[in-house]
Amino acid sequence: MSDHSNDAVPLDPARVRSKRVEVGGDWRRVSRKYIGVELVGVALFGLVAIGATLVFSLTRWFAQPFGWILVGAAVVTTLVMFAVAPRRVRSIGYQLRDDDLLFRRGIMFHRVVSVPYGRMQLIDINRGPVARFLGLAELRFVTAAAATGVTIPGLVDSDADALRDTLVSLAETRRAGL
Amino acid sequence: MTEPVAPPLPGGGEWLRLHPATPLLKGGIALIAVIGFILANVRERLIEAFVGGPDGGDLIEELYLRGHLGWAIAIVLGALLLGVVAFFLSWRMHTYRINDEAVEVRSGILFRTHRQARLDRIQGIAITRPFIARLFGAARLELSVAGQDAKVQLAYLKGSDVDRLRHDILMLASARRAEEGVAQGATAGGAAGSPDAVGPDSLIGRRVTELLAPELDPQEAPPQSVVRISPLRLAGSLLASGATLFVLVVAVVLIVVTATGRELGFLFLFVPAFIGGAGYYVRKVTRSLRFSIAATPDGVRVGYGLLTTSNDTLPPGRIHAIEVYQPLLWRPFDWWAIRINRAGHASSGSGSQPATTMLPVGTRGDVDKVLGLLLPGLASADTRHLILAGMVSSGQTPGFAVDFVAAPRRARWLRPFSWRRTGYALAGDTVLLRKGLVWRQLVAVPAARIQSLHLDQGPLARALDLCTLTLDTVAGPVSASLSVLDRAGSLTAFDAISRAATAAGALEDGSHRVALPTRHQPPRPENER
Repeated sequence: MSDHSNDAVPLDPARVRSKRVEVGGDWRRVSRKYIGVELVGVALFGLVAIGATLVFSLTRWFAQPFGWILVGAAVVTTLVMFAVAPRRVRSIGYQLRDDDLLFRRGIMFHRVVSVPYGRMQLIDINRGPVARFLGLAELRFVTAAAATGVTIPGLVDSDADALRDTLVSLAETRRAGL
Repeated sequence: MTEPVAPPLPGGGEWLRLHPATPLLKGGIALIAVIGFILANVRERLIEAFVGGPDGGDLIEELYLRGHLGWAIAIVLGALLLGVVAFFLSWRMHTYRINDEAVEVRSGILFRTHRQARLDRIQGIAITRPFIARLFGAARLELSVAGQDAKVQLAYLKGSDVDRLRHDILMLASARRAEEGVAQGATAGGAAGSPDAVGPDSLIGRRVTELLAPELDPQEAPPQSVVRISPLRLAGSLLASGATLFVLVVAVVLIVVTATGRELGFLFLFVPAFIGGAGYYVRKVTRSLRFSIAATPDGVRVGYGLLTTSNDTLPPGRIHAIEVYQPLLWRPFDWWAIRINRAGHASSGSGSQPATTMLPVGTRGDVDKVLGLLLPGLASADTRHLILAGMVSSGQTPGFAVDFVAAPRRARWLRPFSWRRTGYALAGDTVLLRKGLVWRQLVAVPAARIQSLHLDQGPLARALDLCTLTLDTVAGPVSASLSVLDRAGSLTAFDAISRAATAAGALEDGSHRVALPTRHQPPRPENER
């Protein structure tokens, strides 16, 4: 697993003092290229949202000022999502601790997940069309609980495969029955 | 555990057949009804064919007049005969085998199925005796393993054998052997003793005895461990449920509407809702009548049902989360209910709902007993006060080493009433979560069964320096999640619980899933769950 983007993030004292849920340690980040995938997603969302609201206001489906307010809201939302996308990608991180996999994501709605390696049931590697073009893959760690939801996006292909093999071998040594 | 003695395999490890009445019970009764119906209709015609004098104008009459009756009868009889042969063949081809590693079932005539369930993966065994099957002295046995539709059904078996078969399977699956050799002899004598005591002479006498026999064989479990529910309390608990409140509200609304003299045609819209509601009550009652929960040597056994009886045995360590809860209306009576999350979806009785209710309604003493059965480690004297505190009190209970870590005072902005009760505790290998002031809940999750845990924080919670802690378990009615916890405290708890989960998982690995430790089992990762 050698990727320039997997650099260690030093503990920022200001952040530790803040009211954020922060777990210290050597967080690995996902590839910067993943921002591209996010941007494409936001662009598609914006296209649909703005297009739909525009059609509705032009055909006078909505009362006149209200329709244009909706269009404005769609434009603003899309712009905000564009602006936030790089930070959202940077907020995604994971670390392999001794006994568990830590995963975090989200800025406004932040989540930190801990999965003991032994709870692994299977690992999925998925590649969407844009991600495949950029040479990225998405790794999903599946446990017996549906709510676990550990999906690490934006891994470089070779990294994803290596990480999968590491996780599988770690799970094998710490296997626990259901 | 002095000397590993492999128990004798049921049927000597050979392929066995099911109860001869299986085809009848599985749908053959419909076939017989068809035969009966046709015979009843045709009989007169047959008589008339010899006596003469036809009258009437139905289908058979037409056929008779046109001279096709013989053909029609031949076709119908041929189809029926084919059906009978098919049923018989399916019975002949449906065999099962139990060896010391797995239970295997082969079935199907044209499309053969061969299903194999490893013994160390069994999540529970359910025995169901539908009413008609009970008349025949037959029972259905279901082994559930984790996963969707992952169960092995043996339908139908001889009713008197089925309990022993369950015992044998679980004994093969567990690693206890030395003392079981003795216990098995005792149980076998007991199980076989009761029906045969009437005498081998009368088949009917035996059926009657089996029908009247108590749902739980008294020799199977020590009586002090058995928890039962009186029908009166069951009726009371149903009357005091939220559904009743809803029905009352609807009734009042309807009466008011009627009194004001409106049109009542729209009432027909409520017919489906009414049927659904009645079904809910009937299901609740049938699932809780004659309910008993007891500790048997094989695990916790839950039995219920009046006409169709079911019982479900959970081997130790198969319970993923437990919730003790109290609906609002039960509070004056101090009644509680317990439900669990489990991996196996053993369908018991009608429908495919897993049996997750461990106590439909009970007093505080019953809760104590049932928790003792479900989580033996939790019911020690040290942690009893925790359970009590988790059930009824809020805030701190002074004087004990382990206590609930409560939510901070600033949580009242988000949970104005229940913030005092919101709290968690780590007692040995179990995580306890307490919440709800109006609907009181206490959730217990064994650390070894936690699949993952996560902390969530939204913008409101961040402003108040709070966060939400969730323990993920297998799907089920219990959700182990606590909001409005202190951020710093829950970070510590997050670490502690994740360490406990890892340690408990590692410790337990292999303790309850080894079939025969004397034999080396090659690792089969693709089979592991």
